[in-house]
Amino acid sequence: MIEIVSRERCIACDKCIEVCPTNVFDRGADGIPVLTRRDDCQTCFMCEAYCPVDALFVDPRSHPLPAPPDERALARDGSLGAYRRQIGWGRGRTPGAKLAVGPALDRSTGPLTS
Amino acid sequence: MSEREADVLVLGGGPAGTWAALAAADAGARVVLADKGYCGTSGPTASGGNNLWYVPPDPEARATAVAARFEAGGRLGDRAWMARVVDETYRRVGDLAAWGYPFPSEDGAEVRGSLQGPEYMRRMRRRVHRAGVTILDHHPALRLLVDDRGVAAGASGLARQRDAEPWTVRAAGVVLATGGCAFLSGAFGTNVDTGDGHLMAAELGAELSGMEFSAAYALSPAHGAHTKGLMMQFATYTLGDGTLVDVPDPLGARERIAELLAAGERVFARLDRAPAELREAMRQAQPNYFLPLDKAGIDPFRDRYPVRMVLEGTVRGTGGLRIVGDDCATTVPGLFAAGDVATRELVSGAVSGGGAYNGAWAIASGTFAGRGAARFAAGRGRPHAVPSGGAGPAGGTLDPAAVVAAVQAEVLPLDRNYFRTRDGLRRSLARLDALWRRLSAEGLAGTGRGRLRAREAAALTAHARWAYRAALAREESRGLHRLEDLPLRADLEHRIRVGGLDEPWTVREPPEDPRLAPPPVSRDDAPGALT
Ligand SMILES: Cc1cc2nc3c(=O)[nH]c(=O)nc-3n(C[C@H](O)[C@H](O)[C@H](O)COP(=O)(O)OP(=O)(O)OC[C@H]3O[C@@H](n4cnc5c(N)ncnc54)[C@H](O)[C@@H]3O)c2cc1C
Ligand code: SF4
Ligand code: SF4
Repeated sequence: MIEIVSRERCIACDKCIEVCPTNVFDRGADGIPVLTRRDDCQTCFMCEAYCPVDALFVDPRSHPLPAPPDERALARDGSLGAYRRQIGWGRGRTPGAKLAVGPALDRSTGPLTS
Repeated sequence: MSEREADVLVLGGGPAGTWAALAAADAGARVVLADKGYCGTSGPTASGGNNLWYVPPDPEARATAVAARFEAGGRLGDRAWMARVVDETYRRVGDLAAWGYPFPSEDGAEVRGSLQGPEYMRRMRRRVHRAGVTILDHHPALRLLVDDRGVAAGASGLARQRDAEPWTVRAAGVVLATGGCAFLSGAFGTNVDTGDGHLMAAELGAELSGMEFSAAYALSPAHGAHTKGLMMQFATYTLGDGTLVDVPDPLGARERIAELLAAGERVFARLDRAPAELREAMRQAQPNYFLPLDKAGIDPFRDRYPVRMVLEGTVRGTGGLRIVGDDCATTVPGLFAAGDVATRELVSGAVSGGGAYNGAWAIASGTFAGRGAARFAAGRGRPHAVPSGGAGPAGGTLDPAAVVAAVQAEVLPLDRNYFRTRDGLRRSLARLDALWRRLSAEGLAGTGRGRLRAREAAALTAHARWAYRAALAREESRGLHRLEDLPLRADLEHRIRVGGLDEPWTVREPPEDPRLAPPPVSRDDAPGALT
């Protein structure tokens, strides 16, 4: 579930509001998105992929964490926007799709992305 | 109130909807595409990615692939359709390559058999936009329009990021591509797929097929819903006390694990069978498998982590609207269906199409449906459209969230849906029928954006009733339908149609017309459903 919108990093571009398939965000008064319908989050990581400045953190658990994670620590270890980095989006990166050749399954011939 | 006109209206902007929009635009139609979420991120292909049923045009290889798939699908598929889908998928993936999709290479050759979700769907959106299609994001459709002869003539809904402003699009041809129904189970990417399209179509009298093959569950870490299955081929499973779970083979593990979980055991996985030299490549192939574990502090190669099974319903299951023409026409004139909203029995028979076949089906059926709708629209004047449908728009008093919870109580538990019994199905159905009567009589509460939630609750209820009714009509176990210990019966090698809302019905369909089928080719290494 979405845990963090970094106020320090967010440039209020509205991208996450636009792309979230379940319409979790609304634009806050200061432009920073607010999690109006957080319960609808389906942990799909798409907002993290699209945020241009790595301001978002989606936790893999389907329920909210008891206390929000420590943003500084996440920023330090590169966890903010990690999905965007791993799929190779953003300037100067190689698209992850180009590298997606996994081990073949015994009975199949193709690479794995299911 | 916003009003638009189009030749072709496409509802849903996943792979099926985007391929349909491209095909319709290519045929010269003016196209509007409306999605509940955002075309490009919405639906499980965007978040999960798609391995494809991708077979180059070598006649023998294709005949072999089709024959093997027909057998794997419990002989309920349609070989002529399979051949068409393989061929169309191959061509359209060629388009993707020509448009610059960054396929990986191995030994100097491009590998085109699988698509990374975010990249694929971002490119599809761009392509659709460039083709001149009007894209309406966050525009869920709530009901279809018909003309005075009952021909589909558009849709209306609400714009959920514009104060729920109502919208209407009148169109001479309509493609439904609203995905399957995963019952809001939370499986990542699937919560947009609530069976809205099935409900809208059924309100116009559309028939469904294959709904008994809807008990698709997938493994995910217990704390979440990342139902990525392929890496599980490297898993060993253990119980809470560390006892090794004896599974027939890694791919057949699912049934055994379902049994244990249904019996209340905790089951743990660890990918310790993955050869060390493959591990980096595995990570690169599927960041959306590994990153969620990394973030939870789990090293899946080293740590045991608890797993659960999440229902994916007719997303990775098989049932959907019945297709009656090569152009993906439904039984409602003017209404075409593509992707998961349509039955995938034609390519999958009784088994799951996840892991290759669904993705190919979305591409091919989307293309067929888009072309078909454009052709239909070209031969029809601008329709005079009136709204149809009732369960959604009329306001009432029942709480949609309570309805959703009541439906989930019948369909999510493994011991009700994965392991089915006739008594259990009858009891569930009695409760679901009573729920339907209540929501018809009392209406569903909610205004503005809440109308969408009401509609979704009604759609979930209808979906569960079709699934369980069809399940009761199939007195055997076949593919995804596991009924007590009843074995497969040779005399039940036929499809089952289901339909109706207030008075649901089922009827058996005659088997594939033998004259259409290519001669069977025997082969023993039939590929399974690789999810
Ligand atoms: C985790 C996972 C992995 C998978 N991997 C594979 C794989 O490797 N290979 C494979 O073949 N298949 C795979 N599948 C299945 C595959 O993803 C689906 O078959 C495919 O996404 C179907 O495409 P679609 O366009 O029909 O539906 P979706 O992709 O579900 O798109 C439906 C669209 O319709 C929109 N919509 C819904 N309701 C409305 C409404 N009322 N009004 C307007 N729009 C609406 C949604 O927002 C969504 O954008 C996987 C599924 C899952 C869950
Ligand atoms: S993870 Fe997905 S559903 Fe959740 S907020 Fe981000 S985009 Fe929306
Ligand atoms: S996408 Fe990122 S920068 Fe843009 S509004 Fe959302 S959080 Fe802020």
